[in-house]
Amino acid sequence: MPNTEPKTDKTTPAEAAPLRGREGQGAGAGPRVSAAPSESGGEGKGAGPGAGAVGAPLLRTPLYDQHIALGAKMVPFAGYEMPVSYSSGILKEHLHTRKAAGLFDVSHMGQAYLTPADGRFETAARALEALAPGDFLSLAPGRQRYSLLLNDEGGILDDFMVTRLADEGRAHTLYLVVNAARKAHDFALLKEHLPAAVRLEEGEGRALLALQGPAAASVLGRFSPEVAEMAFMTSVELVVDGARLHVSRSGYTGEDGFELSLPAASAPALWQKLLAEPEVAPVGLGARDSLRLEAGLCLYGHDIDETTSPIEAGLGWTIGKRRREAGDFPGAERILRELAEGPPRKRVGIRPEGRAPAREGAKVLSGEGDEIGVITSGGYGPTVGGPIAMGYVESAHAAPGTAVSLLVRGRRLPARVVALPFVPHRYVRRKT
Amino acid sequence: MERYTEEHEYIRLEGDVATVGITDHAQEQLGDVVFVELPEIGKTVAKGDEVAVVESVKAASEVYAPVSGEIVEVNEALSDNPGLVNEDAEGEGWFFKLKVADKSELDGLMDRAAYDAMIA
Repeated sequence: MPNTEPKTDKTTPAEAAPLRGREGQGAGAGPRVSAAPSESGGEGKGAGPGAGAVGAPLLRTPLYDQHIALGAKMVPFAGYEMPVSYSSGILKEHLHTRKAAGLFDVSHMGQAYLTPADGRFETAARALEALAPGDFLSLAPGRQRYSLLLNDEGGILDDFMVTRLADEGRAHTLYLVVNAARKAHDFALLKEHLPAAVRLEEGEGRALLALQGPAAASVLGRFSPEVAEMAFMTSVELVVDGARLHVSRSGYTGEDGFELSLPAASAPALWQKLLAEPEVAPVGLGARDSLRLEAGLCLYGHDIDETTSPIEAGLGWTIGKRRREAGDFPGAERILRELAEGPPRKRVGIRPEGRAPAREGAKVLSGEGDEIGVITSGGYGPTVGGPIAMGYVESAHAAPGTAVSLLVRGRRLPARVVALPFVPHRYVRRKT
Repeated sequence: MERYTEEHEYIRLEGDVATVGITDHAQEQLGDVVFVELPEIGKTVAKGDEVAVVESVKAASEVYAPVSGEIVEVNEALSDNPGLVNEDAEGEGWFFKLKVADKSELDGLMDRAAYDAMIA
């Protein structure tokens, strides 16, 4: 049967199928099912020689043995051998995360610290502000932001999370989490551009777990009651069973949840401990991708890349007011112009009206049949119960409700532009 | 008579008409099937043509005609319940029926033992 690949990017090992039919590679030639997810870490167009050059030996996370023991289907992803799903399958893992709590191994992502030699937070914040448009100077200890590395043309080099560490001794340090497939690129860029007064320390040897879903807070609260008080996009330092964790209340599913960074050696024990809780099930990269798509969150290399600007992508909110006024970030000319005049195209949600999913690369046509855009992520939304997609369309066609059609296997499927997200976010926002 | 292709389709011949679907092994590899696109009844297909598409949460895969012939029936139940492919791939989850043009085309396909050996 085989052989339609959902993604067009041929540079990523993520595209290598776990089994191949026609190519007949491997003894157990199976359907060439490209179950490899396109979760953050998908190598971007024009991505440099980052993690995951084809042919390089695959890396393993500190939780590899746990995945194998759980019967995970492992696939190459961004240079790592990662679980795409466990025995229950993507659909059930997705629904379980929305209903209870899913535990994800995202240790392939890049972690790093920016530490100023003079011990002043402002030194680190200013250094990062030279490369990204966020207002980092105003970050209080324990606060987290989503931001973008930009090139001089205003294109997006990567998206990342940045946290000002909460503990008193390290509140001058910024902690970064970047996409797996972009970490080599990002860290090289940072090293090249950071002033001598700011040191980049790669967090190799750290694992990263995500616990996501409506039960995440009560589960984690059993081990660390203080997490109950945390607001969305804040971070604390916790000690669980002697392991020191950076815990942030954030994630990539649209649900309430946490990301837990800890030394690799401590990761298997914490993984087991969380998995032993009745609400928690392991969730692979397949469901991580369908969850983030329903939540309308961008996947680097697919929904955003070096050609898309933050304004086109609907990520203008990541640019701080002070930064807009100063115009002191890479690509400011294009970005400020698009802010003032509107961008030529916009990222939108698209809902096919039938049951057939439209995958990445499908052309978007206007009611008149003119090509007006392209799908950048598309598939089936298990919570929505039908096909969903995201893509870019010319701004004149970007209003929710606009009727469009999608070119799938030579046929035009009726669809509609819709507001994102497909499934409402359930972040825990509180005044702090 | 039942035969299997390297692309993980089964073909079950009764008289002149063959029932075609994907194997249990194939559905297991695909994961949760969420959509099946079936051919039009009356369509004439040649061996190796793409005749159907099966989509899981993550990916679309094509289903090829294992032999030449005319589509005489499709499994309409898959439109409302594509999950039948996961539940019963080699039974209720069949895709289409084909009036076989040349039965000798089946000769080159695998029997169950050969298919089982291939996926082992």
